[in-house]
Amino acid sequence: MYAMDPDRQSELNALRPDLLRFARLQLRDAGAAEDAVQETLLAALAGSHRFESRSSYKTWLISILRNKIVDTIRSQSRELPASSLAADEAGDERLDDALFDRRSHWQDSARPMHWADPEASFEQQQFWKVFEACLDRLPAKTARVFMMREFLGFETEEICKEAGISASNCWVVLHRARLGLRTCLETNWFAGAGT
Amino acid sequence: MLSCRQATELMSQEQDRPLTFAERFGLRLHVLICTGCNNYRRQMAVLRAACRRFGSGGTP
Repeated sequence: MYAMDPDRQSELNALRPDLLRFARLQLRDAGAAEDAVQETLLAALAGSHRFESRSSYKTWLISILRNKIVDTIRSQSRELPASSLAADEAGDERLDDALFDRRSHWQDSARPMHWADPEASFEQQQFWKVFEACLDRLPAKTARVFMMREFLGFETEEICKEAGISASNCWVVLHRARLGLRTCLETNWFAGAGT
Repeated sequence: MLSCRQATELMSQEQDRPLTFAERFGLRLHVLICTGCNNYRRQMAVLRAACRRFGSGGTP
């Protein structure tokens, strides 16, 4: 058992929900997310680093957690069959019809807007709640591939290999994720009172 | 001439692989005359910045 600094432990308890949400978003499996966070907390308690602020502590914890998530994904990579990606495609077609006309140009109602001052949005907690909700709304396998690319820093080739899909399929999936996410953010944040 | 749908595909792919000369040329031409896709391209950059921030635990 590690000797626990009481301050450190209360910081950890305060950050735990953030870590758990981060892991759940990516793993979509409450048990696996819980395991990854537990391992992160144990590793953090064993470390003796000192941090100037809570935000730098959080950054450090997230970097440990990212590695745990990568380990988990690698150990379950065979569970991402192409067939479940195909199941995500029905929703994709509905989104396409809402966004594009028959000539594949933007519908008037769906033409992308100018997003004013995104940096200011990044400073607001409410923006990140919307961001998480939008990620959560992506189809599961699409979200998995997207987060491997954007949060965990996988190169496309590696994602293809882990997910057992072709490079062109991988680009399609990433495109679907970005299209869905920006549409959700525009509707629920940038077009509204949030900005 | 690219359709907006094709342009959005390329604007995603340019984040994952180098586009060919012809693809870059076609895309540049398209965003020059299409406000929606021009905005979309900026949104892709915002999305990447947001993901960097979120993925590194830099959110408030």
